[in-house]
Amino acid sequence: MNTESLGSIFLNSVLINNFVLSLFLGICPFLGISGKRDTAFRMGVAVTFVLVVTATSAYGVHRVLVYFDALYLELIAYIAVIASSVQLVEMFIKRVSPALFRALGIYLPLITTNCAVLGLALFQTARAYNFLQSLVFAVGSGLGFTLALVIMAGMREELSLAKVPNIVQGTALTLILAGILSLAFMGFGGLGG
Amino acid sequence: MRQETLTAAAAPEIGLDTFLDGIWKENPTFVTVLGMCPLLAVSNSVQNALAMALATMFVLVMSNMAVSLVRNVIPSQVRLVAFIMIIATFVTVAEYLLQAISLELHRALGAFVPLIVVNCIILGRAEAFASKNPVIPSILDGLGTSMGFLLAIFTMGAVREILGSGSFLGFPLFGDNFEPWVVMILPSGGFFVLGVLMLGVNRLNAWLKAETR
Repeated sequence: MNTESLGSIFLNSVLINNFVLSLFLGICPFLGISGKRDTAFRMGVAVTFVLVVTATSAYGVHRVLVYFDALYLELIAYIAVIASSVQLVEMFIKRVSPALFRALGIYLPLITTNCAVLGLALFQTARAYNFLQSLVFAVGSGLGFTLALVIMAGMREELSLAKVPNIVQGTALTLILAGILSLAFMGFGGLGG
Repeated sequence: MRQETLTAAAAPEIGLDTFLDGIWKENPTFVTVLGMCPLLAVSNSVQNALAMALATMFVLVMSNMAVSLVRNVIPSQVRLVAFIMIIATFVTVAEYLLQAISLELHRALGAFVPLIVVNCIILGRAEAFASKNPVIPSILDGLGTSMGFLLAIFTMGAVREILGSGSFLGFPLFGDNFEPWVVMILPSGGFFVLGVLMLGVNRLNAWLKAETR
């Protein structure tokens, strides 16, 4: 059993061990969908939502697998749970709020193959978080992901007006920006106890 | 670039070209920009990079083969789920294999071995190639694509280890006076090195285009 306090888990997942900038999870949407600030924000909200659902169900699945002594099935079970919970979330949002569904659009199904989601399930198992700790970890990671995505989108919006050489444009420029941003986030390292 | 990938997938040439395309013309990292997470995360030393590349190669080749074998049996509505299940099975095998071969390496790679499941390169090749082609070309495609990935992650690992720790595969290269660039083995170094590599590849491709014209 892990005895890390909830506040420390939260701070760790939002700033110090930011999923995108220091653990390299969820780089694909980070590079792909960080062009505009409002789409970046929506993507962040969608991912946070899925993270919370996944954390809850992965916790249950882990308990069941431990009970049946079938831990070798963990990976397969997690990915199946993630794929189906994304599908469920999609149907739920469509039914409850069609406006939000339209806003999230194509991003929802794509989240299935986002490594941040499977990463979260694996980390919470490896660190033996209890149910409440897992929930806080999920919310914190989602916030951290949103934060990184929105900051990046803001930077890219400003840069779209700047003159840069042709060969640097696109992914190369985004990656170098991400490097600088990641360097800045390292400054939060001192916060951890 | 995207256009090229699509047409190539629609009318694949069987044989050596299937293998070679994956290495340069359709390099998973530099051209289609897939599989960024493991590329950035475990390229802080040559050893980690090679282990990751080999694990990915095993999973990609095996899953391409399996997907190609069952391609006519699986209804198209559930094909993605079926592909992911096949991939997850081989990743579990790869994880246990790595754990048996070297516990130390297994610890160093951490969560990134199970995360091969969500590496978009593998699902991408299953969907774009193996689900439409016979077994032998699918295996060749898997080998070629994973060689392309190996090339990219090995280059990253070499640059980051040489500059960041002043060694190659653990052997020190420079004398005691070498001051390591610590930033290179930190996360931000991964972004910088990949950004600069992308820049170089763009420049090279622009030059090649001008040359053929």
